[in-house]
Amino acid sequence: MRVIWITLLGVALLAGSATGASKGGSINLVAYSTPKDAYGKVISAFQKTQAGNGVDVSQSYGGSGEQARAVAAGQPADVVALSLEPDVNLLVQKNLVPKNWAANSHRGIVSDSVVVFVVRDGNPKKIKDWGDLVKSRIQVITPNPFTSGGARWNVMAAYGAQRRAGKTDKQAIAYLYKLFKHVPVQPDSARAALQIFSQGKGDVLLTYENEAIYANKKGIHTDFRVPKATLLIETPAALTKRGSSKPAAKAFYRYLWSGTAQKAFADQGYRPVVKSVASGYHFFKPPGLFKISSAKYGLNGWAKVNKRFFHPEKGIMAAIERSIGQ
Amino acid sequence: MASSAAVLERPAGAASGRAGGALAKGVATGYLTLVVLLPLAALVWSSRADGAQAFWHQATRPEAISALKLSLGVAAVCALINAVAGTAIAWVLVRDRFPGKAAVDAVIDLPFALPTIVAGLTLLALYGPGGPFGVDVAFTRAGLLLALLFVTLPFVVRAVQPVLLELDTEMEEAAASLGAGSLAIFRRIVFPNLLPAILSGVALAFARAVGEFGAVVLISGNIPFRTEVSSVYIFGQLQSGNEGGAAAVSVVLLAISLGVLLLIGAFRRWRTRHDV
Amino acid sequence: MSRYVLRFGALGYLTLLLLVPVGFVFYRAFEHGIGPAWDAVSSQQAVHALELTLLMAAIAVPANTVFGVILALALVRSRFPGRGLVNAIVDLPLALSPVVVGLALFLLYGRGGWLGGLADHGIKILFAVPGMVLATMFVSLPFVVREVVPVLREIGTEQEQAAETLGASPFQTFWKITLPAIRWAVAYGVVLTTARAIGEFGAVSVVSGKIQGRTETLPLYVQAQFEQFDIQGAYAASVVLALIAIATVVALRVFHPREETS
Repeated sequence: MRVIWITLLGVALLAGSATGASKGGSINLVAYSTPKDAYGKVISAFQKTQAGNGVDVSQSYGGSGEQARAVAAGQPADVVALSLEPDVNLLVQKNLVPKNWAANSHRGIVSDSVVVFVVRDGNPKKIKDWGDLVKSRIQVITPNPFTSGGARWNVMAAYGAQRRAGKTDKQAIAYLYKLFKHVPVQPDSARAALQIFSQGKGDVLLTYENEAIYANKKGIHTDFRVPKATLLIETPAALTKRGSSKPAAKAFYRYLWSGTAQKAFADQGYRPVVKSVASGYHFFKPPGLFKISSAKYGLNGWAKVNKRFFHPEKGIMAAIERSIGQ
Repeated sequence: MASSAAVLERPAGAASGRAGGALAKGVATGYLTLVVLLPLAALVWSSRADGAQAFWHQATRPEAISALKLSLGVAAVCALINAVAGTAIAWVLVRDRFPGKAAVDAVIDLPFALPTIVAGLTLLALYGPGGPFGVDVAFTRAGLLLALLFVTLPFVVRAVQPVLLELDTEMEEAAASLGAGSLAIFRRIVFPNLLPAILSGVALAFARAVGEFGAVVLISGNIPFRTEVSSVYIFGQLQSGNEGGAAAVSVVLLAISLGVLLLIGAFRRWRTRHDV
Repeated sequence: MSRYVLRFGALGYLTLLLLVPVGFVFYRAFEHGIGPAWDAVSSQQAVHALELTLLMAAIAVPANTVFGVILALALVRSRFPGRGLVNAIVDLPLALSPVVVGLALFLLYGRGGWLGGLADHGIKILFAVPGMVLATMFVSLPFVVREVVPVLREIGTEQEQAAETLGASPFQTFWKITLPAIRWAVAYGVVLTTARAIGEFGAVSVVSGKIQGRTETLPLYVQAQFEQFDIQGAYAASVVLALIAIATVVALRVFHPREETS
């Protein structure tokens, strides 16, 4: 009995003291869950460089919003890699990330992707464009935009595509109302949405290209199509104030844009942001690609979009949710 | 009452025993405070941070009220089904004999030990679209109830089992020898003894069902006003930066749950008022 | 006749609701053979997760058991103001969704929280083992209390009173009379508490910081595998948890073999 207690105490001590024993220092990476594989490779490669030699890197992966809240509540973080900019801005507000975190050559964006349609094998319902989503009896699966920050990319892609096709703001919003009438279930996360779709619910799933590519790599067959008009998903990474005082953290942060790191992201299905790496991969270039900052399509950056569309009470999306339920 | 009579007759050397008892109670109180009351207090405090009006506003938003009604309603149904099914299962496990009984008894707690994502995935795979039984209750309230029944299964069963094990069968045997039918025996003799335990399990099942997130979030569909339970609504508010709203609705749910639990306790006291 | 109806009904319910799902978990874990399942649970990450889970249980279960018995005795045998309220509060931890448990613990121990200053003095609660233990204790608190209370009421105080009039000290009375009478209730309470402690995901996930290989329990590992499209690994790890739960019940039987009553 005593042996068990001693062993357990030992494990507890080990668990508590696993950090800080390396000569190169230690870095805490807090990231959202999807790029876990890629970051694993990036960290191993980094530790083989001079700057990364002997550096201990702790890794935490979880939902982007949850991770941001955890860091805000005090979780030690030197580099944060989240799925959308507003999550980083939460940390800026809490004075944990410097205001100028995005002042580098890639504006703090570490990888790109696009919103795509995942269809049934062979696309029996011939879903190619946003208009097809609202055809009679088509069922669309998308995560709930309030529980899943990532689902907001889907909503804004739908809105932006309408605007790009020449519709007015009012018409684009009417399209969103129509679209959500075709959504029978709103899973809480993108991963759950893909799971539910794979099990047979729905005709088309709105998700991110990197998710679909990665699923294919892992043996979950997904037939995805990139619509001609779609939104560029830009995933940010930031060096926190804590990390700014650690040379190893700064080096790791810079390393995210190295060729090796960008290739690791690309291998997992992300579109690299460094042009020299991107040319080695063949991602389909949608002719109608737009960004969250494409003002001519009514997309004025996340801060304004969040306020207008995703305010939990007054947002357009909140009104849409109320209308489909009542 | 019985305990006061015991106090009068307590031998002298028991003073240190009583002090030990007081110490134990003190430690238990401290434990309860640290583990439960402090976090709850922090939550309640945070919900009043924006003022009473904001609290009320957040708590009475139509989505919130709908989610609260759904959570409380489904939890109540779940608790009632458990009361019946759990008692029956406990009875069969204690009083009956059949091959494989020990194996069944060993797995009753598994809904508890399995992480909620696995519970959700499993139920979705079995009783959702493409399931092997041709049954699809996913994304309906029936699916929601199913998930809750799964995670609350052990409560009434495990609450009733120890009581049944301790129950003296003399009275039942006497009644049977006097010609009473098994249903009458159950109703008059066994059930009153089991009722406190059943209510105990029902309270636990209700509480768990009201707060469950992981097992239901996959199978319920999360459509506001239709299949969105409170825990998912609260999560959504938190994710959207509305911490005040999340805290307010949580506190309301807590208060109502507390009310229900107090009612169950009062009901038990009323039903067993004739007991010593 | 009614015996068979009851048995059929209860077993039917159990089959659909419990046996089939549990069987499915085992099936999906071993679908591709024992090898891949073993690989999934023998990685360094998985083994560490298992150790951490066992540690959580090793602390939370005894603590909640001792607390549970003491509180049950207080609730049933003594009178104090607010007894009914305390009785109801004990169940309340269950009614909180895990997200809210995490939120409450953040509000208490996090940056800017009431006890947030502890972290500044090097006492790490959140994102470390202590916070995870607190969360585990919180969600598994009620079970021993709830199991013991009805049995204490059921057995009454006659034997205890008799022992005291014969000169036994309160401790002796407790140890020799009360405890044996409630041993089944305590045992089942321990079984439930253990199952909850090892299987808890939500609240522990929020307060743990999800640091791979350091604050990742087995349920968190299961979730992580699910996120990485390793569903088989998720199921395999769940089987480990299921086996621990089963082992708890089996251990119960071995140490307290009971007489059949029928």
